[in-house]
Amino acid sequence: MNEELSTLEALYRTMVRIRCFEDAAEAASQGGVSAFGEAAHGRAQVRGPLHLSTGQEAVAAGVCAQLRREDYLTSTHRGHGHTLAKGADLTRMMAELFGRASGCNGGKGGSMHIADFSVGMLGANGVVAAGLPIAVGAAHALKLQRRDAITACFFGDGAINRGPFLEALNWARVYRLPVLFVCEDNRWSATTESAVMTAGAGASARAQALDIAAERVDGNDVLAVHAAARRLVDAVRRGGGPRLLHAVTYRVKGHVSVDAAPYRDPAQVDAARRTDPIARARATYLALPGARARTLDAIDAEAAAEVRAAVAAAEAAPWPDAAAAFTDVQDTGAGVWR
Amino acid sequence: MRMSYAQAAAAALALEMQARADIVVLGEDVGRGGIFGQYAGLQQRFGAERVIDTPISEAAILGAGVGMALAGLTPVVEMRVVDFALCGMDELVNQAAKNRFMFGGQGRVPMVVRMPIGIWDASAAQHSQSLEAWFAHLPGVVVVAPATPQDNASLLRAALACGDPVVYLEHKTLWATTGEVDDGEIATLGRARVRRRGTQLTLVSWSRQLIACKEACDALGAAGIAVELIDLATLWPWDRETVLESCARTGALLVVHEAVQVAGFGAEIAASAAEATGCRVRRLGAPRIPVGYAPVLEAQSRIGAADIAAAARALLG
Repeated sequence: MNEELSTLEALYRTMVRIRCFEDAAEAASQGGVSAFGEAAHGRAQVRGPLHLSTGQEAVAAGVCAQLRREDYLTSTHRGHGHTLAKGADLTRMMAELFGRASGCNGGKGGSMHIADFSVGMLGANGVVAAGLPIAVGAAHALKLQRRDAITACFFGDGAINRGPFLEALNWARVYRLPVLFVCEDNRWSATTESAVMTAGAGASARAQALDIAAERVDGNDVLAVHAAARRLVDAVRRGGGPRLLHAVTYRVKGHVSVDAAPYRDPAQVDAARRTDPIARARATYLALPGARARTLDAIDAEAAAEVRAAVAAAEAAPWPDAAAAFTDVQDTGAGVWR
Repeated sequence: MRMSYAQAAAAALALEMQARADIVVLGEDVGRGGIFGQYAGLQQRFGAERVIDTPISEAAILGAGVGMALAGLTPVVEMRVVDFALCGMDELVNQAAKNRFMFGGQGRVPMVVRMPIGIWDASAAQHSQSLEAWFAHLPGVVVVAPATPQDNASLLRAALACGDPVVYLEHKTLWATTGEVDDGEIATLGRARVRRRGTQLTLVSWSRQLIACKEACDALGAAGIAVELIDLATLWPWDRETVLESCARTGALLVVHEAVQVAGFGAEIAASAAEATGCRVRRLGAPRIPVGYAPVLEAQSRIGAADIAAAARALLG
């Protein structure tokens, strides 16, 4: 089989699984987000802030395809796609969004703290830029332990204005650590356009100022992301120290699922929808010799069925025991204190 | 063997690093022994890969500690003074302390964060704070405040063994104090030390404030008041059993700390003791002011033996 076809099929599958997962999570969250003036109510299955990466799937898919299971990954509050692309179990992830005992965090974290340490995914994070120093520490450990693995670190365009971005990049360069920084630039910091709040030329320029080689790529072109990630990951694996990938994409949805984003120019959103990474990947695929639409149709159908089953399993799964609120806090001084 | 509070910590850490390859040290100037000598000789002995000099990047030092711990290391994180650790509060409060719980027990963050506390002569408002109450309030961490060279060896070894994130609060004016140290000893976290036996008043304190408490005990003893002096040593979890048993016996509790009295950890102990035993309680801490530079200003934040004795007499009526 043509290698280009199989590569693109795999990337397409990852993106479609992310899209299906998030569409289902969004549907299950209606009315359940206590943000932007709306209070959560009991009817929603997915409650609390739900940050969707719709339209940004190519970044997660393209980068994570270059990672191995033993590589580490840290993520952001918008981390479903990264987690799925790193190989986490979709059914357990959906159960976590539903807050159930069978969730990957046992219902203790939800969407913002989605994690699957068994595949090296060290956690989404509710704090912007918080994953960067953790990623650098994990990479530092890999280097000291002489392990043949790297750390990848996703963050958004808003994160580059926080101090830990500078501290982590500097640290990674000083110790020449095996870390790939990935700025998933969706152009929006909550409800503010990032460009308005960012001096200079952005993530790549800031990395280059610290002597970290960086590449800027169209984050909605999955093959371009995949190719750039390969170049950078190879350099990191060879011991060349940190690299930064600046993938420019667009946040198609609001900041959280109930945010209709009325503060944006609709033309900007329409333009982004025309560059949807999944539609583009499909078109690219179908233009290749030997490509068959029904291959992709089958991927679409499989993903939809997988997500439907995951939602059904999550709905049927038990809640955590109340006693679980007191476990995994700490060993010394464990128990019920007040 | 006679050692200083700083030497005791270095000796204990050397023993642990010798026995365990997973322990690393990271912080500013640790390779030169740390600004108080508490890491003296460690980089020469264990190398720059394990005793890691870092940039002045508190958030990255604490955050990297979390990442290292998740990847299988046990980092000893040096913050120089607790005041500087405030630059890394997200990494400690939102990341280290909550990691294990919010990810459903998938990971652990065994990490000892050393953040020296306390008034350090003429060091003014940003190098003199005692913020232990902040961390006692924080689920997910252990809080330790050693008062003697022996405890700075045996509690540090216990902190490294416990597997939880530990906020380890050494006192900046205790570094040079000396005492007999058996560095082979490993303490039990959460256990208080009864420094004096007495029947009429329970006096609870920790860290450097114990020195003034001992003086106050002498003065009160000379006046015929037998005080039981308890060094908490671990602030979270604190030794309720020892403290409450003593309070039940004496019927009166005075808690003294160098930290600001308002919302200080003394309030927690006093309230717990009153609820559990019905004993009379009193707190004594610093007024709610930043520590001043000029000697007369700085003195307003210090709790002396005479203040403690006066508070004890007032409590006993």
